Amino acid sequence: MIEQIPPGLPLILGCLLAPWLPRTLKSAYLLLLPLLTLAHIWSLPADHQLALSIFDGAYTLELVRVDKLALVFATIFSIAAFLSQLYALHLDDDAQHLSGNIYAGSAIAAVFAGDLITLFVYWEATAISSVFLVWARRNQRSYRAGLRYLVIQVGSGVLLLAGTILHFADTGSIAFDHLGLVSPATALILIAFGIKAAFPLLHNWLQDAYPEATVTGTVYLSSFTTKLAIYALARGFAGTEILVPIGAAMTAFPIFYAVIENDLRRVLAYSLNNQLGYMVVGIGIGTELALNGTAAHAFAHILYKGLLFMSIGAVLFRTGTANGSDLGGLYKSMPWTTGFCMIGAAAISAFPLFSGFISKSMILTAAEEEHRTLTYLVLLFASAGVFHHSGIKIPFFAFFGHDRGHRVEEAPLNMRFAMGGAALLCVGLGVFYEPLYAMLPFPADYTPYTTTHVVTTLQLLLFSALAFTLLMRSGIYPPELHSTNLDFDWTYRRAAPALVSWATIAISWLQSTLRSLLSRVGTAAQTGLSRLATPPGAIGEPWGTGTTSLCAALLLGIVLVFYYA
Amino acid sequence: MSQESDERPRWLDRSENVDKICYALYAVCGGLLLADLFYDRKTHFEFETWLPTGFAGVYGLLACVGLVLAAKLLRVLIMRSEDYYD
Repeated sequence: MIEQIPPGLPLILGCLLAPWLPRTLKSAYLLLLPLLTLAHIWSLPADHQLALSIFDGAYTLELVRVDKLALVFATIFSIAAFLSQLYALHLDDDAQHLSGNIYAGSAIAAVFAGDLITLFVYWEATAISSVFLVWARRNQRSYRAGLRYLVIQVGSGVLLLAGTILHFADTGSIAFDHLGLVSPATALILIAFGIKAAFPLLHNWLQDAYPEATVTGTVYLSSFTTKLAIYALARGFAGTEILVPIGAAMTAFPIFYAVIENDLRRVLAYSLNNQLGYMVVGIGIGTELALNGTAAHAFAHILYKGLLFMSIGAVLFRTGTANGSDLGGLYKSMPWTTGFCMIGAAAISAFPLFSGFISKSMILTAAEEEHRTLTYLVLLFASAGVFHHSGIKIPFFAFFGHDRGHRVEEAPLNMRFAMGGAALLCVGLGVFYEPLYAMLPFPADYTPYTTTHVVTTLQLLLFSALAFTLLMRSGIYPPELHSTNLDFDWTYRRAAPALVSWATIAISWLQSTLRSLLSRVGTAAQTGLSRLATPPGAIGEPWGTGTTSLCAALLLGIVLVFYYA
Repeated sequence: MSQESDERPRWLDRSENVDKICYALYAVCGGLLLADLFYDRKTHFEFETWLPTGFAGVYGLLACVGLVLAAKLLRVLIMRSEDYYD
């Protein structure tokens, strides 16, 4: 019976009941839903499929297709849904509870989609449900950021649908298996995935919208959309060579922005983008080790990135700001949050004994084994950079650094439990990594803790810390400043509107100039002709008989010449 | 936001303690630089063996200094006022 229900659907439909429940019961119910979803997922038989015939059997939709790749993503999505819900439990805002759960449920359902149409439906459902987490901030800024986010997210869905239709015309199939970059149709699908995976130049919706969402909404947002895209890329485009340079660029360029960005949630959004880069490189390399690394890194990443967003969210919740320039010294009043944030920071930096280490090293090793020198060097550079901005900058400016005198309460209990749970998993995965490795799509014969790996990583990280210390103490490190840093969104927020208004002005100027020019020429011609044709104009006087006969003779002569010539 | 008053000073509030942390970091970095000499390092690329020890450390240090200097330059190009888009 339970196999007949697509996973994720009970979460989507079940949460609709929540607004009618009394407060305490509602909290328990909302916490139970993701746990039941997890149980549901793990109760599904291996290789289970659920198909639905439509149009009298002309087409078949594969609503559920269970395999290891889907399971590992659905598992971490369910855990993320639980932790995000726990973090948001103090909220008395049904709109956020509903949109968070519908969003999480859609993402879970999407990873089980066996065909592109089913994927499209849930793909769009994640877009539409998640925008309310931005709008729930209920101010003009978030409203506009949400609109931009929605246009881009729905645009990705439209490209996915267009690609699917063309792909069906090409191959007669809508199955969502390996696609590869082989036709215009699959290129469209790749771009659709690339938008949600925040490929370079398609990335800016992420840094634009996530920091504008609510404290709890950003935690939800950080978990699902981008990792759903990573899942889709791993399923459809494993081994697609172009993904290697794209991913490498993604790991590198956001860290420059992260160093100078003041809003710490936007710093985290840039570092999220950088982490996605590792996964995209893994998909591009496409070996079993690389794809295992991508799945493991997505799993670990959702936990530590969620944890980091939770801790800075707690700071925003208590102090009213997430700006590095206005924070500092919070370890005195928020010691728990400080500790949890540092665990998240250690995990994202891939310190040995933390989750990032056992996942990221798989992707780095895959690049090494393939002897991809440049890619390896870029990934190593980005690893140092991640530690620099996420590992040190975030905890330093929020909790240590210059004490700005904030004396606030510690984060609410539910937030501390959510952060504690995520922190426990970050350390747990770093130490006991075998259960995660067992869940990966391919048999994982990999040992993360070798002497070379551990010493190399520690060298890289601690010398990055040394660089930070030296730059900070010498006063070279750029201070946190209230500012806006221009990124690619400038092209559609400033350049394109400016271009349109310039074009409008230019066209109307051209139009009026041409019109006046033409009317002037017309008037001049009219005046000239009428002067010519009225007395005493050259042809305005009546002709004498002589002139008339001369003209007639001349015309007759010309006709004769042409007639006989 | 209340003011910091009548608070017991914390260990980190004293600058000599911050210095201690920094010295500890320098010491650990020095130790790590030597660590490469005491085990059989598995390398995949030739450039990793250019230095007898501490390739990753040197690379990390240079990467971060380069990153911060480049980011400072980037600020000149892309930094605008906070209400630029408002």
